[in-house]
Amino acid sequence: MRALLSHRRLAVGALAVSVLGLAACGEGGPAPRAVLLNRGSDTMINVAQAWAEAYATVAPGVSVEVAGGGSGVGIAALIDGTVQIANSSRPVKAAEREAARASQGADLVEHVTGYDALVVYVHASNPVRSMTLAQLRDVFAEGGRLTRWSDLGVQHGTCPRDTIIRISRQSSSGTYDYFREVALDTRDFKLGTLELNGSKEVVELIAHTPCAIGYSGMGYATDGVKMLPLSNGDGPPVAPTAQATLDGSYPIARPLYMYTVGQPAGETKHYLDWIHSPPGQRLVAAVGYVPLPVPAPGPSGAPAPEAHP
Amino acid sequence: MNAPLPRPIVFRRPWYSVALERAIEALIMVCGISAVILVGGIFFFVFREAFPILASPNFGLGEFLFSIEWYPTSVRDVRYGVLAMIVGTLAVTTLAMAIAVPFGIGGAIYLSEFCTPKLRETLKVVIELLAAIPSVVWGFIGLTVVNDLLITLFDAAVGLNVLNAALLLALMSLPIIVSIGEDALKAVPDSYREAGVALGATRWQMVYRVLLPAARNGLLAAVLLGVGRAVGETMAVLMATGHAVQIPTGLLEPVRTLTANIASEMGEVSQGSEHYRVLFTIGVLLFGITFLVNLAADLAVRGRRR
Repeated sequence: MRALLSHRRLAVGALAVSVLGLAACGEGGPAPRAVLLNRGSDTMINVAQAWAEAYATVAPGVSVEVAGGGSGVGIAALIDGTVQIANSSRPVKAAEREAARASQGADLVEHVTGYDALVVYVHASNPVRSMTLAQLRDVFAEGGRLTRWSDLGVQHGTCPRDTIIRISRQSSSGTYDYFREVALDTRDFKLGTLELNGSKEVVELIAHTPCAIGYSGMGYATDGVKMLPLSNGDGPPVAPTAQATLDGSYPIARPLYMYTVGQPAGETKHYLDWIHSPPGQRLVAAVGYVPLPVPAPGPSGAPAPEAHP
Repeated sequence: MNAPLPRPIVFRRPWYSVALERAIEALIMVCGISAVILVGGIFFFVFREAFPILASPNFGLGEFLFSIEWYPTSVRDVRYGVLAMIVGTLAVTTLAMAIAVPFGIGGAIYLSEFCTPKLRETLKVVIELLAAIPSVVWGFIGLTVVNDLLITLFDAAVGLNVLNAALLLALMSLPIIVSIGEDALKAVPDSYREAGVALGATRWQMVYRVLLPAARNGLLAAVLLGVGRAVGETMAVLMATGHAVQIPTGLLEPVRTLTANIASEMGEVSQGSEHYRVLFTIGVLLFGITFLVNLAADLAVRGRRR
């Protein structure tokens, strides 16, 4: 929770800095058609594409090209200098900061663009009502004992073999990293866990597989799957809602980051500023994530911020 | 000696014609040996990228080959064991061939011996169309259609498994086996067929006793090209196997293959890291497997010829 708050403060700080920067370099004339390359997190690809499409109407001279591959892939591309902005659903690692300093001569700068509750999904017909983080660990982590739905105390009628099919992301995914770190306490996944190459694929496979359990971003929920409320320790189960994500009561929520090499400038900066502005943030909510709780200084009717000091 | 022959002078080719011919000869020679150069170059590159890991203290060849624990990005304990993926590759390939070879050879026999020329042309076009479907489309079919089918038919816990991938690979290698097998059967001289029929053999006896033994080498080549297609296929198996590291205990269990593992992880590794080198070592391993298959086939063919 404290981590979330500090990210929030950081985001507001970044916003303030970028607004100042925008005022400073207001002039410049009509630039020739610029291309912004944007790559990384698969969790964020739907929101990144929504931004890119909407930005084409805001700034016709700039084309933003979005690619996925996973947070690790995006950050690697940023370090190699092949993209200007990396999307990431996890904070960068110390080694990656080091590599960026070595190859680009500048630090990676973090921009929080929204929040996501990492949701544990099961098939819609699954009778499980909620899970504790300890149970989640016992299902997914190496050495965990839970391998059958009956071990969780439920009779799963549409899964005659009773086996829990664990569905995960591939190891270059930020979602994979985040889930392993927070939900599994850095323990490794059990052998035999299915690894899929996309957030959407995970939810789709769960919708077609009654025995399955998996995790993905909250923006990918469909009718065929059920979101499980989670509880931490003795607390009551909390459903993954926008409110619970922001106040920190949902145990596995995380910021969605964009990274640049050094402080952004020029078109990159304009783009990031726009993403942090109300129109950009409305798109975050539109694709199913949680927008930044900015105490609306903007003109248009941004959603009222929830009470916080 | 006294018959003067002016011809060599009259028809002497101009220098550029000779030069052109030499150049073309050289070009053709380069084309001929380019395959050797390319294979050598690729092998050199893959081996050079992989080699430093063998000297690393964190890497044991025994663990690499005989451990099933593949945790390349683990926070607590990094482990590089590919046994489960070797078994996965072999399981998927073997099952795919068990499905594709009978159908493929059967199809080749039907096309070359039993069907009318008009039907043959139609069937060949359709079969070649099968070969033109991109592998990612096959993977998509596996992910959606076959997945649901296996769950409905067999109550499989998950539809992405050995059987799913093997079915796709069988369909993908079928066109190769059929068309090369048919060529091999067509290459058997008609005099063999005539001799067989003249001795009173039925058509089936003729096929079974005369054609199959005569075309054995070509048919073996057809099967091996099918095996090569199956071992090397990446995209479809990445999508259809479930991509889970484990030794399967049944046909309905998800697995992971060596090729899919390289494809899925190569994008994230930083160049020169340990993980990067281990992925290249898997490449060397794949090279080794293909080499062994080809060598075995070669020896088998030679053994039979003797």
